[in-house]
Amino acid sequence: MSSSTRTLISPTQLASRRGKIVYRTVLALVLVAFTLVFLGPLYWMASNGLKSTEEFAQIPPTAFPHALHPENYKSAWDVMDLSHLLLNTLWYAFGALAFQLVFDVAAAYSLSKLRPVLGNVILGMMLATLMIPATVLVVPQYLTVLDVPIFERNLLNSPWVIWLPSVTNAFNIFLLKRFFDSVPQELLDASAIDGASQLRTLWSVVLPISRPILGVVSIFAIVGVWKDFLWPMLTLPDPTKQTLNVGIYSLASGVPENWLVAAIAMASVPTLLIFLIFQRNIMSGLTAGGLKG
Amino acid sequence: MSAPSAPTLPTSTPAKSRSRRTVRRPAPDGRRPGRAGRALRRNLTAHGFLIGAVLCFGFFSWYPMVREVLLAFQKTEDGATTWAGWSNLNYVFHDPAFWQAWRNTLLFTALALLLGFAVPFVIALLLNELRHARGYLRLLVYLPVMLPPVASVLLFKNFYNPEYGLFNRIFEVLHLPQQQWLQSTSTSMLSVVIAATWMNMGGATLIYLAALQGIPGELYEAAELDGAGLLRKIWHVTIPQTRLILSLMLLMQIIATMQVFTEPFLLTGGAGPEGSTTTVVYLIYQYAFNFGNYGSAAALGLVLLVLLAVFSAGYVRLSRATDE
Repeated sequence: MSSSTRTLISPTQLASRRGKIVYRTVLALVLVAFTLVFLGPLYWMASNGLKSTEEFAQIPPTAFPHALHPENYKSAWDVMDLSHLLLNTLWYAFGALAFQLVFDVAAAYSLSKLRPVLGNVILGMMLATLMIPATVLVVPQYLTVLDVPIFERNLLNSPWVIWLPSVTNAFNIFLLKRFFDSVPQELLDASAIDGASQLRTLWSVVLPISRPILGVVSIFAIVGVWKDFLWPMLTLPDPTKQTLNVGIYSLASGVPENWLVAAIAMASVPTLLIFLIFQRNIMSGLTAGGLKG
Repeated sequence: MSAPSAPTLPTSTPAKSRSRRTVRRPAPDGRRPGRAGRALRRNLTAHGFLIGAVLCFGFFSWYPMVREVLLAFQKTEDGATTWAGWSNLNYVFHDPAFWQAWRNTLLFTALALLLGFAVPFVIALLLNELRHARGYLRLLVYLPVMLPPVASVLLFKNFYNPEYGLFNRIFEVLHLPQQQWLQSTSTSMLSVVIAATWMNMGGATLIYLAALQGIPGELYEAAELDGAGLLRKIWHVTIPQTRLILSLMLLMQIIATMQVFTEPFLLTGGAGPEGSTTTVVYLIYQYAFNFGNYGSAAALGLVLLVLLAVFSAGYVRLSRATDE
């Protein structure tokens, strides 16, 4: 929406001398307050990670570090083995993304365009999982991955324990299906006339025009793994297999506070980067899909 | 995954300029598949596309759902599972921690709604009026949502520290009394809610903002002609126009806040001073993973499930209404 849409305050009111003054004051206040409240903690995190141990504990705290200690970042990185935790998290996140893209896209395409027998029942059962509070299922899910029925495998400490359950994202399937529903059938018919298989049609015709929705689903898939805490804490007890969230949490009490702050600053960089690069997609995805769950 | 393409297409399609006569060539065995054969093949392909997701749902969603109900009525001791009837539920209801956990959870929900429901709406109203720096402000509000929870939580833990924490320093400058924040039974839950609100309100704000931008400007003009001031415009135009979204978000937040776990767990170790931040889901966690009592954990989960099902049903009804 552009700023030309009419909102609560009328343009004439805004154009008046008093209106202008009030508007400028409010704008300045909002800018300062929001920057302090939302950006301030990030600045605090980055700068306090640079302080010496003495300066960190100093009362009153200093706004700017007197002397820079970038070696805190290096120490935190080494002592907490952040490279390992980071690689683990990346491995889980991109694996989950791959599984979600393959299985959820195929399922949504099938439910939207191929319409198999019992398709609506399956869709209904998938959507029904949205109504079950996720935390309620943690206990039976945990017991299931301890000993997966039929396969009789224990998935604890393996990446599968993150990847496979991530596929059961009914919301993604719902978003994708709604998008595929809007793809004109004529396009698929044309492709079929050209002799393309369904897989080929999905790959060369449907996916290229679905880029926006695929982008949104991908970002949410990665951020989902990056932010999850309870599930990886339960299912990845081996310290060498842990995610950033769980690893930093379990090491938190053993390192100096300024190193810890340096560590969380580094752990925050990847998701913040994703956000800054893809913020347009994220915002549109939120407002497109966020209204219905 | 899918069967190779086969001549299963309707013969009526005009293939005039197409050189690909393959489309109309009969199958190698010399006959075209019949109607039933085509339907079967179509279905096989379609189910082939579905199989991966269905298996995952089966193992990690549908089966655990059934198991949750079974577990609630079972007892597992030394690897042997026996039928326990209502004893798990009975145990849960007679545990004093149960009532405390519910009181805490309802307190969290009430406080979170007060802050997490009202604040984003006010922010969205404000942002909608501003004509400058909109992108920047929207970005700021959503920034905390992208932080890993462990980062936000350790940040707030540090701010809340009674001795050197930032909040008490600010209070000192403002000549306000020093607080114990997370370490006192009277302020611990509020402290958790403030942190949780900061971490999570970005999403709600953006959804409200989108809803506000959908309000036709003529309505405000009409209200002005009738002599309505700012507050009356909000009350008689903005709120009625966004009522459906507001009620949807209210239900969604109730469903989400009743399941709160990560924030109190990371901020206060779960229980907090004298159990003042023990929530229902933390109690489930404790039953299952500290005491190994899966039956009681499942029974408590079932109680929460039944309660939240009511809100979920309301949510589904409402979102149908918004679809129409």
